[in-house]
Amino acid sequence: MEQFIQQLVNGISIGSIYALIALGYTMVYGIVKLINFAHGDVFMVGAFIGFYSITIFHLGFFPALLISMAACAIFGVLIERIAYKPLRNATRIAALITAIGVSLFIEYGTIYVRGAQLESYPDDIVPLKNFDIFGVTISGKSILILAVSICLMIVLQFIVHKTKIGKAMRAVSHDMDAARLMGINVNNTISATFAIGSALAGAAGVVFGMYYTKIEPLMGIIPGLKAFVAAVFGGIGIIPGAMTGGLILGVIEALVSAVGGSLWRDAVAFVVLILILIFRPAGLLGKNVREKV
Amino acid sequence: MRKKKVAGVFMSLMVAAGVMAGCGSANTSGDGDKDGVIKIGANLELSGGVASYGQSIKEGIELAFEEINKEGIDGKKLKLVPFDNKSDAPEAINGATKLISQDKVAAIIGAATSGNTKAQIEIAQSNSIPLLTPTGTSADVTVNKGKLNDFVFRTCFIDPFQGTVAANFAAKELNVKTAAVFIDSASDYSKGLAASFKELFTKMGGNVVIEEAYLAKDTDFHAQLTNIKGKNPDFIFVPGYYEEVGLIVKQARELGLKVPMMGADGWDSPKLVELAGKDALNNTFITNHYSSGDSDQKVQDFVKAFKAKYKDKSPDAFNALGYDSAYFIADAIKRAGSSDPKKIQKALAETDGLELITGKMKLDKNHDPIKAAVILEYQNGEQTFKTKVNP
Amino acid sequence: MNLLKKAKGFWGTIVLVVIFSVVTQLLINGGTLNSFYVNTLFSIGINIILAASLHLIIGVTGQFSIGHAGFLAVGAYASAIITMKLGLPFPVAILAGGAAAAIAGLIIGIPTLRLRGDYLAIATLGFGEIVKIVFLNIDYIGGASGMTVTHLTTWPWLIACVVITIVVIVNFTNSTHGRACISIRENEIAADAMGINTTFYKVMAFIIGAFFAGVAGALHAHNFYIIQPPNFGFLKSFDILILVVIGGLGSMSGAVIAAIALTIISTFLSSYPEVRMVIYSLVLIVMMLFRPQGLMGSKEITSFLKLGKAAKGGVHNDGKNTVA
Repeated sequence: MEQFIQQLVNGISIGSIYALIALGYTMVYGIVKLINFAHGDVFMVGAFIGFYSITIFHLGFFPALLISMAACAIFGVLIERIAYKPLRNATRIAALITAIGVSLFIEYGTIYVRGAQLESYPDDIVPLKNFDIFGVTISGKSILILAVSICLMIVLQFIVHKTKIGKAMRAVSHDMDAARLMGINVNNTISATFAIGSALAGAAGVVFGMYYTKIEPLMGIIPGLKAFVAAVFGGIGIIPGAMTGGLILGVIEALVSAVGGSLWRDAVAFVVLILILIFRPAGLLGKNVREKV
Repeated sequence: MRKKKVAGVFMSLMVAAGVMAGCGSANTSGDGDKDGVIKIGANLELSGGVASYGQSIKEGIELAFEEINKEGIDGKKLKLVPFDNKSDAPEAINGATKLISQDKVAAIIGAATSGNTKAQIEIAQSNSIPLLTPTGTSADVTVNKGKLNDFVFRTCFIDPFQGTVAANFAAKELNVKTAAVFIDSASDYSKGLAASFKELFTKMGGNVVIEEAYLAKDTDFHAQLTNIKGKNPDFIFVPGYYEEVGLIVKQARELGLKVPMMGADGWDSPKLVELAGKDALNNTFITNHYSSGDSDQKVQDFVKAFKAKYKDKSPDAFNALGYDSAYFIADAIKRAGSSDPKKIQKALAETDGLELITGKMKLDKNHDPIKAAVILEYQNGEQTFKTKVNP
Repeated sequence: MNLLKKAKGFWGTIVLVVIFSVVTQLLINGGTLNSFYVNTLFSIGINIILAASLHLIIGVTGQFSIGHAGFLAVGAYASAIITMKLGLPFPVAILAGGAAAAIAGLIIGIPTLRLRGDYLAIATLGFGEIVKIVFLNIDYIGGASGMTVTHLTTWPWLIACVVITIVVIVNFTNSTHGRACISIRENEIAADAMGINTTFYKVMAFIIGAFFAGVAGALHAHNFYIIQPPNFGFLKSFDILILVVIGGLGSMSGAVIAAIALTIISTFLSSYPEVRMVIYSLVLIVMMLFRPQGLMGSKEITSFLKLGKAAKGGVHNDGKNTVA
């Protein structure tokens, strides 16, 4: 029993990182209907920016987190303006290929600039203790991760539902042309979405580095894919959905490992994805919309 | 009809291009000996997952070549032709093909890992070029299904030996009764070590209570470690590579697993200490090929020369094995009196009693060196010499 | 009359291909082409088959599949089992590789092809990863450390497979079934409305594409000495995808040209590993921004050679045929 609870705790920790990345994924997809493969790489860049601000500029965890979020926001807007904007009316396939291209470019560009070797986050940036509750060890760091993800999700939910730019985002995601006719600046709205989404990825990168220590240029690929799975799981475009999807995915993975299937963990995540796509393509929290001619 | 003409022209152009492309290199000789230079290929992991091994080996080879070239071998100099196989088996194959057919090397040093070495075996065998792996410790590198790969050699001892040394140490020195084994399921090296550890440990009355596995590049090991913790073992054997082991040690300690952990030469990298943290690494042990703390004169000379060349860096086992591999080949070339790959192969196989940094070199019938291993303990992030185990 | 001319053109092509392959074989035997060039040549051949097979799925039928490396892996492992474990001859292995991949195509195709666009892309990507992980966990075929395979891929087998692949896919594209597939690419709902069984044709294109990817897998396995599951990850799928996209979606000759050109470029760039992928990705982005339809668009090389002459059924030396 203790072990089972411990596994749940493990699952929730990893799940909150998926959730954090998935939040950005789901926002971008919701508005431009583009699988932004580069999102996982923005996450990686965020981890490195955080790492350098901590090691070179000797900043603490929270300043590093904010710097990384700001830098990633700018980076995300740049990516959108340079690579995605010209393709807004192109075919889906062209946009997706560009996203793959951008993703590879960020990965190998980083390797070109600084080499492929890994870095390790300093151990002492967040002096958090581990808690022992009835034999279940909960690390202070995993509580911090969960707290950061929930806070960011609430902020995000607030932005999307209570502010003017959020209203514009919802309008653009609903019908881009109609929104433009209503006088909404579609380009700025989309850029804002990318900025917010990428900032979240940056935050996830720093949190990941703090929790797992190891960062390297190709670290974004797998978490990026998993986060996409989580976003689809919860219902793409839905913010609480991304959070739920991420947490559930993390728990599923931990439980698969718990029953001795640690080598099948990634496969299970993708099987879940395919099943969800087939049986409930709108996701757990999504509404089914039929395509009309 | 015009179509066909066009097609015909196109086709003949392609054939012509093929002929010309082939001519460029068809006239060079095949023995790697030109203008008093003997080319030695180095097919190493200079980037990718285990880049730190390949780079360390290359440093060792370069230092050795510098020393050897001061006098030369019968007036000839050795020239290193490096190839980066990106820690990837298909790239290692491309590398071996390129080194043999384009660069015409006399022998190949590499790769660092058993898997990437095995990928090259068939090419080395069919082209009769000696292939020397400095650190490929898997038993079936030199022997495949009971048949000797006669052109394949290694400078290091083999996995079963490391596994048995670890089992012996755990059972006798640490006095543990139950052990957990946590392997990297993506690596032969890890599986080989685990198998020989398990065999001897159970024979000595120990009990392996749980076996868990992970895959290279994983970052989260909490779930498996929780399973291990549930069985309460006295000892954890983690024969993996530093990139994952660092995280495993750290996460194990976070989960409250305080028992001793042990691994092998795959742990040996400065990155391990950065990843795991100094405190988490206390009470961990490794088996290794050599220790820079060994008081032997030859070892100390090497450490001094190495520090002089590489900015005061203390040489690790990969540096030492790279260095030894270079001397191993140089010695064979000298005794062969030729840079003919076949003669080098013969000389390599006959090596007996060559004094190297990592011990006295003698090959058994399987081309496996018989030499000593050392056991090191991590104390505050430093490797400290524990014991030396003779075979 | 027209038919006769067409047939003549076809056989003329075959004769040319035979001459080309015999000459190349002589060059290989004579040692004029050293093993480095032979290796490149073999990679080109395998990539042509892969590009052609994915072209059928993406370019012709418009189904965005990015799990092609999964079929490659199935073919590679199935064929390796045939030769290494069962000791059967190489031709059997090629067929078995293709058949196994086709079955995999059927199994994955029926459920996922109900999905569209991005969802299909992600589902196929997931499928590719699942295949990789399944192979990782089967000890019979070496698990993660892979399987060593004897080198059996020879030039005649390779060129024969390339030619058969191209001929079959071109003829399929030009058949009634191929037209149905094209109509799905252009507008699936309209095709449905016209009474085309879209699911059937999508699965069919998927199976044929998977079959040839499996054939390529057999050749790949018996060319590269060792097969390991990590070699068949989604980066490999992207590599194949790039061939098709750069060549021009919907252009068979484009895919073939891209396969030849990119393999050569990538081989020469392999001496500069650090810039290779950077250049690769930049080309991809720039290409999409300025020429999203790819090198050839949906045109075929024959339509350039004919310079605006009658646009019907030309045949080119490599057996590349026109689609439209």
